[in-house]
Amino acid sequence: MSHSMDDMNLNAPHSMGTTIIGVTYDGGVVLGADSRTSTGVYVANRCSDKITQLTENVYVCRSGSAADSQVVSDYVRHFLHQHTIQLGQPATVKVAANLVRLLSYGNKNMLQTGLIVGGWDKYEGGKIYGVPLGGTVIEAPFAIGGSGSSYLYGFFDQAWREGMTMEEAEALVVKAVSLAIARDGASGGVVRTVIINSEGAKRNFYAGDTLPLWHEELEPQNSLLDILAAGGDGPAPMAE
Amino acid sequence: MSKVAMDVPAKGGFSFDLCKRNAMLAKDGVQLPPFRKTGTTIVGLIFQDGVILGADTRATEGPIVADKNCEKIHYLAPNIYCCGAGTAADTEAVTDMVSSQLNLHRYHTGRQSRVVTALTYLKKHLFSYQGHVSAALVLGGVDFTGPHLHTIYPHGSTDTLPFATMGSGSLAAMAIFESKYKEGLTREEGIQLVTEAICSGIFNDLGSGSNVDICVITKDNKEYLRNHLQPNPRTYVSPKQYSFTKKTEVLLTKITPLKEKVEVIQAGDAMEE
Repeated sequence: MSHSMDDMNLNAPHSMGTTIIGVTYDGGVVLGADSRTSTGVYVANRCSDKITQLTENVYVCRSGSAADSQVVSDYVRHFLHQHTIQLGQPATVKVAANLVRLLSYGNKNMLQTGLIVGGWDKYEGGKIYGVPLGGTVIEAPFAIGGSGSSYLYGFFDQAWREGMTMEEAEALVVKAVSLAIARDGASGGVVRTVIINSEGAKRNFYAGDTLPLWHEELEPQNSLLDILAAGGDGPAPMAE
Repeated sequence: MSKVAMDVPAKGGFSFDLCKRNAMLAKDGVQLPPFRKTGTTIVGLIFQDGVILGADTRATEGPIVADKNCEKIHYLAPNIYCCGAGTAADTEAVTDMVSSQLNLHRYHTGRQSRVVTALTYLKKHLFSYQGHVSAALVLGGVDFTGPHLHTIYPHGSTDTLPFATMGSGSLAAMAIFESKYKEGLTREEGIQLVTEAICSGIFNDLGSGSNVDICVITKDNKEYLRNHLQPNPRTYVSPKQYSFTKKTEVLLTKITPLKEKVEVIQAGDAMEE
């Protein structure tokens, strides 16, 4: 299997292979995602942020075409901002999910986005809505999406339960994304999470080396990160 | 329901019909004329005082080098520059257009342009053309919120990064950045690293070559170092100068710079009703 420069089309559409997850817990929601954006087989961005803010209390996990999902979330953020001004109070998660649905379903022939809308509002508490490719809306206690989610359906069947605490829910999300990263080539990098509850939204970041090693994964050896952190020299500078 | 041909009024928006025609012709073996592409290695990085952008200077038309010293670092605003890879006409046109839009925006707001404004204008334009405007850009600048560096892809997606590379030589340049980049580089270290990354593209990628251009942007200052490094000098110059055919008639050997012909006269009074 050779990868010549001709095989690698660096102008291929930017897509987020991705693993995205949203779970509800007793008191709010936890959203999680990996950080790999690929153009064909090249990793264009190894630490992208796929969890985008729509309002103070509603976030969306993006997967599919990077351009399409960025534009959809920009439009929804704009409409939600107007809606919040007109309503006079924070927008509900249901409204946000519906706005996403209107754009996704109405432009379904042109767009390629799989989105998970999650947040907290005072009427319904923590809610997760999945808006996959065709533009349906599915309200569910948890949702998974992206190419890496294929490896997580069985895992969630076994590991998910109602009424988890915030710590348990976040640990579940981090473990799940980490498992998907191990098996899906199009997912990788770091694990980002956002916890949303009545107190607001909190972002967390889990670097690759803090994640557990799964079956047949090895400890890092001669890693440049470790050499530099220990105060050693990096590669020798180019000689003139 | 019987199928009746109706006259549907034309919808707004860009019509992609010719793109379908081109694809159909391509399948029948008709070849498009090769675009002039900037094969390219373009890079950007954030250092302690701002942003450094770098680019090679080769423009290609298929396998031929069309321009050995083209300029790939385009001006957008006094504090914002943009490197462009992809079809040369597209990068030139889109950066020119956004530069004008930013100028109008500055008149409108009365403030220095922000990098995110340039980013939104570019993103909006490229997305609406669904990737047919083949421009891959590295946008960098310093505004009052600080230094910013973004990559923009032809389909309209953007990334915000501390160091970035684009173009056919991006893998060679990224290899250098990934092994040597660290936060808080000084100006000299930053220029050195950018030069190394571009040279990596120049020498290892066939679509990139010739010289290294650098642009350093800081809070109150910008420096455009055109041909900062020229590692590919012309090794052979023919001892015979250029010669013209005997029939060529020399009309004039005196050169008059046009500027001398322009006279600035005293500004008159404003017109009055």
